[in-house]
Amino acid sequence: MSAPPTTTYRECCKQAIRAALIADPRVFLMGEDVGRYGGCYAVSKGLLDEFGPERIRDTPLSESAFVGAGIGAAIAGMRPIVEIMTVNFSLLALDQILNNAATIPHMSGGQFAIPLVIRMATGGGRQLAAQHSHSLEGWYAHIPGLKILAPATLEDARYMLAPALLDPNPVLVFEHVVLYNMEGVLDPKVSSVDIEKAAIRRAGRDVTFVTYGASLFKTLEAAEVLAREGIEAEVIDLRVLRPLDEATILASVRRTRRCVIVDEGWRSGSLAAEIGMRIAEQAFYELDAPLRRVCSAEVPMPYAGHLEQAALPNRERILATVRALLRPGS
Amino acid sequence: MSAKVRLDRERAVALLRQMIRIRRFEAKCVELYQAQKIRGYLHLYDGEEAVSVGVVAVLRPEDWLVATYREHGQALARGIPMRALMAEMLGKLEGTCRGRGGSMHIFDARNRFLGGNAIVGGGLPLAVGTALADKMAGRPALTCCFFGEGAVDEGEFHECLNLAALWRLPVLFVCENNLYSMGTPLAIAEAETDIAKKARCYRMVSEAVDGMDVVAVEAAAACAVERIRAGEGPVFLECRTYRFRAHSMFDAQLYRSKEEIEAWRERDPIDRFARWMAEVGLLHPNERAAIEVEVDREVEDATAFAEAGTLEPVEELERFVLMDEVPQEQLLAPAGATP
Repeated sequence: MSAPPTTTYRECCKQAIRAALIADPRVFLMGEDVGRYGGCYAVSKGLLDEFGPERIRDTPLSESAFVGAGIGAAIAGMRPIVEIMTVNFSLLALDQILNNAATIPHMSGGQFAIPLVIRMATGGGRQLAAQHSHSLEGWYAHIPGLKILAPATLEDARYMLAPALLDPNPVLVFEHVVLYNMEGVLDPKVSSVDIEKAAIRRAGRDVTFVTYGASLFKTLEAAEVLAREGIEAEVIDLRVLRPLDEATILASVRRTRRCVIVDEGWRSGSLAAEIGMRIAEQAFYELDAPLRRVCSAEVPMPYAGHLEQAALPNRERILATVRALLRPGS
Repeated sequence: MSAKVRLDRERAVALLRQMIRIRRFEAKCVELYQAQKIRGYLHLYDGEEAVSVGVVAVLRPEDWLVATYREHGQALARGIPMRALMAEMLGKLEGTCRGRGGSMHIFDARNRFLGGNAIVGGGLPLAVGTALADKMAGRPALTCCFFGEGAVDEGEFHECLNLAALWRLPVLFVCENNLYSMGTPLAIAEAETDIAKKARCYRMVSEAVDGMDVVAVEAAAACAVERIRAGEGPVFLECRTYRFRAHSMFDAQLYRSKEEIEAWRERDPIDRFARWMAEVGLLHPNERAAIEVEVDREVEDATAFAEAGTLEPVEELERFVLMDEVPQEQLLAPAGATP
């Protein structure tokens, strides 16, 4: 028997879209350069040839118009997948995302649901500087009415889209730019995933890491280093940033009694702050140590590689934070 | 009056009655606002009745309608029951949106009424989307999108005209040009004040029409929807009109003169149409007064219904933040089809 073929995160994203287009004639992909160019990150390469320009729609550089058009089309019976090149550009469509997609179901008294998926690239690490590199998914997770997904693994990249399209709510999917080239073997035992639960990617008894997206892999590396020092860390991959799977986080923290949150967003008003506060509200007396977090430096992301790396959470900062927590004063 | 459409008596009376319904509804809203039963922002439609009545008259039930925060006229013209509308004004559970939307955010799925959008320009992308869905699904419906001339300042206006024209989508864009975006006159905001001309730059058929003349509006809208239904892509209609009242209930109207308002009141779309109808024998003596009595009865009934309405239980505050189904899809299924 030959070894299972390796694939990439990018390919998993593409196959997810392809499968969705095949499964449901209401599904179409719309966004800047998704067709002829093949997608800014080459996710949709080849789909135009396979599905044609009606279902793989190149749009003008009009984020607000085509995101809003996705909302209108979802209301009127379609299942659009809207691609926004990068999270910073999504701010041009924030009016539509917040004032319409997240709002109309509730404001209309439940008359309209908006079964829409918006995908976008997020995060730093590719020296794209301050207008292409931020991690604003935690910011979107502030908004009631949205579901926020952050697939980190190949399986999630491949299988989260299907339940997102079945969901009657607007779902934003954040694909981290440094993950597109990630290679691996898709677990053959997995053929579907949920979009509700956080996943424990590494079990451990001494400290809980809560993280998501590309930070998952930095955190797993840190956990391996700690294991060599006799510290067994549990690593939770949030997967779903809104609604948060509090139960998984709290159960883990109650076991390990310590928690470090690793979040590529800026610290002030961050998702890390929200998670920390929920733990404080509900498990304060079960903690053996203060809550800690590793976030991005509160600066616009610089271009120069060394500055960018200094701004992002990295393995050394994660290790330093957890060591200070476990051996205070050492 | 440029009666390009054949206007029989029944149809003319219906247009007049619809405009009177809107005028009387708004008068009642003022009263209820002063009595502090309607709260928040309230934007009244007096003076602009001919626009919504003329345009909505040519729409079909399967067409979508997207409007602005000054949408009571469109809502009534579209057939949303006055009772539900007034109950929404009063924040009651029996309102169109269970009292969650209020004056600025009327939604009604049964009438394909997609807001009530209180972000200027924010409705246009939705209209492009519903039109795109209808076109992709091969349904013969169009989307009628109302907005004020203030929306022309917004980037979304230009993005959406371009997209609709580029994809030849079935959208009727209706600009209600009432000359002021809140207090800012058009000439202070736009380098080119000919709005119909701007739309032509996006390669769509575009026409300016006297928005104080319901017959002219209806005739222009009828031509427009004919083109759209024939698959010719979007059409743009600029209706030149005027709001007789202040922008909202908080507006002292320091930016325009009483003389200007009076001059426009001389062109009152209801008086003008009723006068013309009487001249050509479409309106019997005292008939307008009789319509007004009937409409007042309807307004009183709607008000009593709203006042007697209930409040949504606070326990339901978070209901519909996330949906567990797509309720509007039952409406989209073709008649007789199983869901």
